[in-house]
Amino acid sequence: MTAPREIAERKKEFLTTVDGTVVKRVYTPNDVVGVKEEDIGLPGQYPFTRNIMPAGYRSRLWTMRQYSGFGTVEETNQRYKYLHKQGQTGFSVAFQLPTQQGYDSDHPLSVGEVGKCGVAIDSLKDMEDLWEGIPLAQVSVSMTINATAAIILAMYIAAAEKQGADISKLSGTVQNEILKEYVARNTYFLAPEPSIRLVTDLCSYCSQKMPRWNSISISGYHMREAGATAAQEVGFTLSSGISYVQAMLAKGMEVDSFASQFSFFFAAYTNVLEEVAKFRAARRMWAKIMKERFKARDPRSMMLRYHVQTDGFTLTAQQPLNNIVRVTLQALAAVLGGCQSLHTNSYDEAMALPTEQAVQVALRTQQIIAFESGVADTIDPLGGSYFVESLTNEIESKATYYINQVDKMGGSLKAIEQGYIQREIARSAYDYQRQVDSREQVIVGVNEYRLENEPETEMLEISEEIEQKQKERLKKLRNERDNQKVKATLEKVKAVAVSNENIMPALIDAVKTYATVGEISAVLRETFGEYREPSVL
Amino acid sequence: MNERKIRVLLAKPGLDGHDRGIKAVARGLRDAGMEVIYQGLRLTPEQIASAAIQEDVDVVGMDCLSGAHMVLFPRVVELLREKGGGDKLVVVGGIIPRKDFPKLNAVGITGIFGPGTPLDEITNFVKTRVGEKSEDKKS
Repeated sequence: MTAPREIAERKKEFLTTVDGTVVKRVYTPNDVVGVKEEDIGLPGQYPFTRNIMPAGYRSRLWTMRQYSGFGTVEETNQRYKYLHKQGQTGFSVAFQLPTQQGYDSDHPLSVGEVGKCGVAIDSLKDMEDLWEGIPLAQVSVSMTINATAAIILAMYIAAAEKQGADISKLSGTVQNEILKEYVARNTYFLAPEPSIRLVTDLCSYCSQKMPRWNSISISGYHMREAGATAAQEVGFTLSSGISYVQAMLAKGMEVDSFASQFSFFFAAYTNVLEEVAKFRAARRMWAKIMKERFKARDPRSMMLRYHVQTDGFTLTAQQPLNNIVRVTLQALAAVLGGCQSLHTNSYDEAMALPTEQAVQVALRTQQIIAFESGVADTIDPLGGSYFVESLTNEIESKATYYINQVDKMGGSLKAIEQGYIQREIARSAYDYQRQVDSREQVIVGVNEYRLENEPETEMLEISEEIEQKQKERLKKLRNERDNQKVKATLEKVKAVAVSNENIMPALIDAVKTYATVGEISAVLRETFGEYREPSVL
Repeated sequence: MNERKIRVLLAKPGLDGHDRGIKAVARGLRDAGMEVIYQGLRLTPEQIASAAIQEDVDVVGMDCLSGAHMVLFPRVVELLREKGGGDKLVVVGGIIPRKDFPKLNAVGITGIFGPGTPLDEITNFVKTRVGEKSEDKKS
């Protein structure tokens, strides 16, 4: 008998991502001996590894929700109507950076930023015009807003009321997730403690008045964008989730009264099978955390419901059409993983905000996966794959390690204050960059297969005139509103801020007098102090 | 005589919070033997220019992904000139459309590094240009 011939492989080691999960040549039943049958289970059943819904996408497809917003409310309103006409099934608002950080469009720090990364919203007037012709009672709206989430949700509620909508029936999401802002996304203006108070005030308000609203979207996406590995993304995100549950319990709330309104937000990278395993692991872990650690009884409290955005960092400015293929693979991973809603990036987003044509291709990508690929016709089609099950377990065990580390430090907030999470992520990011620079990690069109001359790509331009237009709008508003009333409601906000009362009703009253984001934030800054972070390299 | 290390100030003007890129560059420049000061986020052009003068740096590096770069970067250059720091090398990164390059070049910003730039390209550029500048001073 001859010995089996040694077959040379093209790499010394095959790894999933930067943290170095080694991928074997082939997986066999031996790799899943440790996997318990009940840990895989069935869709709709605890621990929901395969899907939270018993019929998955066979009953209802994921929500196709493109994150969008730029310029003035009129331009964004037009883009929304366009997307709706193209078959988008939910809206997702991108706010300009001043709105996200509690500045009005005429603040000195807003120079150059107005309408750039999102739509300019200074007051309720802007919010009303944003939804002109779109009935809020009938649509689902997600808003990426964090530090100023309570103010913006107050505006949304007031705008919906003006349209005649029943607030208790509104459906949508506010991101309202401040912890990851200190780690990665960096739009905060108050210290962590008062910020978390605002977060939990909003959550408890929603649990009482808006049962169909996702009061928080606990986010791993931005940590992944900042460089986290798949396992770090799961570990640190679920740690944040644990911290928010604890904060709500500390407010005296009962776990099953709010937990079903918690939602999550993850990234999808191009390594398809690793991402699928990641989503499966996250679902199983959250179910167990809620049941075993927090003693939830309602299965809905244990279900990890999440939005996915394909990963922006993976988009290349070089040969941008290649991004369509990347986004397709990432979206496929999100769907095979069982997401509840999905945003697909546009191919031109490494260079600018997307053009209408680029957004259309991105939305069509989802529609092709939904209606042509067949992958949505059965639930968790990769479940039972030796490799995917084994990788699901591996990600679970690595992510559990990070949760334990964070627990040992006394929770997410402490771990962030000590710079632990930031350092872990920065290290992964740097390692990855080194791998790309040394071409261990090939990025097509960037470090291999480059073009000598990149052709010009058509890009969306945001005019600098928008800033002037928005400033004039704001000036007019300040002249026309009843400034006595504004002053009185702002004083009320201040009084409530220093008390233990829920701040939402006072904010709703304030925005109704057309008090601006900047004015209300100024009251909060005055009350709690402005926060500046130590820079962790 | 020991050669003085190249001193670099890195900063993010405006409200953009994406700092993965600038942090990677900070580490890269440090690994290449430079002295790096990372001033952080949410800075006005005035704060950046003042810090550059106070810290007596050779290089000012800025990064912006929000689209506000055409307002913020040239303003920093202008302020540096007013404060007597017009000789400092200014390099920038972020999401900068190609059509903006000529205008940035015209105000003296020649090092523009977009997504996908290898770290070595940035460090080499900085070393070469700072070298040239100190040669100019000697002659």
